[in-house]
Amino acid sequence: MTPQNIIIKNGTVFDPVNRIDGEVMDIAVSNGKIVERVNESSAIVIDASGKVVLAGGVDIHSHIAGPKVNMGRILRPEDHYRNLKPKTAVKRSGVGTSCPSTFTTGYDYSEMGYTTVFEPANPPLKMLHVIDELNDTPMLDKACYPLFGNNWHVMEYLKDNRHDELAAYVAWMLKSVKGYAVKLVNPGGVENWKWGGETTPLDEPVKHFDVTPRQIIQGMCNAVKRLNLPHQMHIHANMLGTPGNYETALETLDSVRQIAGANDGKPVIHLTHVQFNIYGGTNWMNLSSGAEHLAKYINNHNHASIDIGQIVFSDTTTMTADGPFEFKLQGMTGARWINGDIEAETGCGIVPIHYKKSNYVHAIMWITGLEASLMIDDPWKVCMTTDHPNGGYFTTYPRVMAWLMSKKARQKLTNKVNKRARSKTALESLDREYTFSEVLISTRAGTARLLGLKNKGHLGVGADADIAIHDLDFRKIDPSTTPRKFRKAMQKAVYTIKDGEIVVKDGEVVKSVPGRIYWADAKVSDDLARTVETDLRQKFQDYYTVQMSNYIIAEKHIVNSTPVRVNAEV
Amino acid sequence: MQTYQDVVCTVCGCLCDDIEVDVDGNKVMKARNACAMGTSKFLSYTHDRIETPMVRKNGSTQPANLDEAVTKVAEMLVNAKYPAIYGLALSSCEAVKVAIELTEEVGGVMDNQSVVCHGPGVLGLHEIGVSTCSLGEIKHRADLIICWGCNPDEAHPRHFERYSYTAKGRWRNGKADRKLVVVDVRQTSTARKADKFVQIDQGKDYELVNALRTALRNEQIQQEKVAGVPVEDIEELAELLRNAEFGVILFGLGVTQTVGKGRNIDGLFSLTRDLNKYTKFQIMPARGHFNVNGVNEVSAWQTGFPYGIDFSHGYPWYNPGETTVTDIVRRGENDAMLVIASDPIAHFPKDLANRIRKSPLAAIDPVHSVTTLVADVVIPSAFAGIECEGIAYRMDGVALPLKKVVEPSQGVLSDEDILKKILGKVRELKGRSG
Ligand SMILES: [Zn+2]
Repeated sequence: MTPQNIIIKNGTVFDPVNRIDGEVMDIAVSNGKIVERVNESSAIVIDASGKVVLAGGVDIHSHIAGPKVNMGRILRPEDHYRNLKPKTAVKRSGVGTSCPSTFTTGYDYSEMGYTTVFEPANPPLKMLHVIDELNDTPMLDKACYPLFGNNWHVMEYLKDNRHDELAAYVAWMLKSVKGYAVKLVNPGGVENWKWGGETTPLDEPVKHFDVTPRQIIQGMCNAVKRLNLPHQMHIHANMLGTPGNYETALETLDSVRQIAGANDGKPVIHLTHVQFNIYGGTNWMNLSSGAEHLAKYINNHNHASIDIGQIVFSDTTTMTADGPFEFKLQGMTGARWINGDIEAETGCGIVPIHYKKSNYVHAIMWITGLEASLMIDDPWKVCMTTDHPNGGYFTTYPRVMAWLMSKKARQKLTNKVNKRARSKTALESLDREYTFSEVLISTRAGTARLLGLKNKGHLGVGADADIAIHDLDFRKIDPSTTPRKFRKAMQKAVYTIKDGEIVVKDGEVVKSVPGRIYWADAKVSDDLARTVETDLRQKFQDYYTVQMSNYIIAEKHIVNSTPVRVNAEV
Repeated sequence: MQTYQDVVCTVCGCLCDDIEVDVDGNKVMKARNACAMGTSKFLSYTHDRIETPMVRKNGSTQPANLDEAVTKVAEMLVNAKYPAIYGLALSSCEAVKVAIELTEEVGGVMDNQSVVCHGPGVLGLHEIGVSTCSLGEIKHRADLIICWGCNPDEAHPRHFERYSYTAKGRWRNGKADRKLVVVDVRQTSTARKADKFVQIDQGKDYELVNALRTALRNEQIQQEKVAGVPVEDIEELAELLRNAEFGVILFGLGVTQTVGKGRNIDGLFSLTRDLNKYTKFQIMPARGHFNVNGVNEVSAWQTGFPYGIDFSHGYPWYNPGETTVTDIVRRGENDAMLVIASDPIAHFPKDLANRIRKSPLAAIDPVHSVTTLVADVVIPSAFAGIECEGIAYRMDGVALPLKKVVEPSQGVLSDEDILKKILGKVRELKGRSG
């Protein structure tokens, strides 16, 4: 069925990419795209007067599907009991807050005006599981970032200085398991953890492999750049969740500065959920925010982008491929703990957590995230995330947006947090309030740009017709002084349009659509591709417990498979 | 003659995916690399098949066409107040998805074989969590393998060779580099191969687990024997566990379905957690039916819960002890049941089986069983992984694509397609009445 033409009339349009900042104008939609104009007589007319018209939200980092999310679901029935969603005429039933079931995840995002969400950490061996869950996550365009930071082939190619083959291997992997971007989690540290070892600083060789985390980071960054992948290397740095770890974060960023080359303006590294990785202090008692150090670095360099991983005071679930971090966390909190190591590739850990205002460490975490958001000047470098569900649920995004836009909202909460933490914060001295456009940059325009999604994150002619309309009239609602009203308006979209179809009306899903799954198909030279395939065939049987042909995922398993073809420089 | 490579065997939770199947015409001639159980399934899948749909008319079941049978099942589900849909551990995940949608549509209970096998392990998981891994981790690193209440030698014949005791891994060259310990009530064939066999009194697993945890903490055990095992042996075993470089506990029905059930498993999960303070330790259930893990996984991501899911309120609800199929049958609340490739009438306790028989019963199955014998409607289905494709989940959660190597008999559909037809009919009937 061809989606019907739509015209959105008299809305207040915000589109930072096209430098439209609150202009009253019409937006026309035809065939799933934004167009110059449509014939009004045959189009659905949406009266958007007194409302804002935005590109649909684009989430760069949210754990919504796959083996670890599912383990989280199985671990926490009590998490589900807090949110029970019955079936409706168009919606499947579901449950969950920090680890919602797949249908519910899709609906909740869509009702919040989000149209694209990327799942950021997947063991390649279990990608068929990830994809099968994403097939069941409606309403959204999706993609996955397979994990490479502790991959045996990667470490061996690096040790042998075979950089061309490494790049070709990365291309092979993305194509085989249908990944979109390259993710590193605690490079080297997870392999050590598989012997019970610890996370390592950048220059300590990985046990048995004789390469250092720094070599992995640099080697992979280079490979990603040479492959011309749509998104730069996405990294969860070493020493995450450790006092004083801001130094490792800065070292990580600086280790790839040269790779960016001079002034070409394209970032080569995305440091994710920085909040967990930029602490000062030397122990948990004197933990402090190291946001100023990170901000200074990011403000002075153009080769790096970040997302925040803001925490929200709530009962949530931490989950990461960083097994050793979760092991330490369970040791400290005594909470339930899941560990799931994956042969030749990666690990996984899950621990429920309750972030409390009264807790010194949690208050510092909350402050750290906000400081980083406010101290980095250029919003195009900062993506707003909660690292769902690690810092908080994605459904709390409007609350985080309100903190960014309202000093009043921040202050109200600052007054309630742990007093010792409060006494150590620079947060209260920060007067900056994000403009609405800046919030949109960090939730859609900027995220889409960093992900290489040229047709998303904006409302220009030719863009995908992924549109959110919110009941937000800036003549009546000032986010700075009435943050609650702003938050409420952003929580539920009046309309969400996905690929030119109205899928949400008055904050409720009215039509279920499957969305698509993107993956990167990077073309490397035939010779190199053959060499790598031969290498893999030799080692596959030894390294894995499945056959190579069964590891490769056939496109028939993917609903709306959408390869993104790029030409590599190898 | 055609040879299919890398075929996944659909018997146990090992899902060995290196089977080579020779097919001539539409007949499987040979299945190389498979164990005895796998070979037998590939070569004798044509035996004992249900030939045609059957529907009960005037007291006895009679051959019917598929549409008639589908309509009967749909009517049965629509007319019931609290129907149960049960089974699926031998179906593909695609079939599971349709079964969930169907159960949601009719507001019933959806359950799978976990309730009578590894369900207690899930309860342990809610309480403690679990430290586990993919099978390759065991192959590469394990120097100590504990089989607790499981007998892989008979139930998972290729487990040792492919994934554990005798497998050649990166840092372990087969059994020369590993120790095998078996904890069981009897000397199984696995126990006979073990470096150490710990014979334990029936129903005393929980006691032994706790004694081990005590010994591990270097605390004094006051008895001379616990669970029939001398304290010196327990202390020695604790030392062995502590000194392993990488240990793994594989457990089976011998511990999940004996006295203590879920408590045994939360004990074992706690023991594993304790051990990680000293060394690296993992634990994994040795799942029986080839896709019982897949039913749990798909159920969890679509509904939040792995088994025993009640849709009677419109949303998924889960409370084992209240919402599993055995719970509702025991309370006499269930008033219709659709069974997919399972045999509850044979396997459930007799009083439960009798209660199931009191209300309308339908069965989808490739082969005859006690359940199909007494059911009011029977629909023959194709074997997933032989006659139709699909996805299944290995015991460690690795998803694998099942192959179709032969055509099913004319008119015989996959579970997925049969369930889709039933769902369609249910919606048609509900539309008419609503
Ligand atoms: Zn994350």
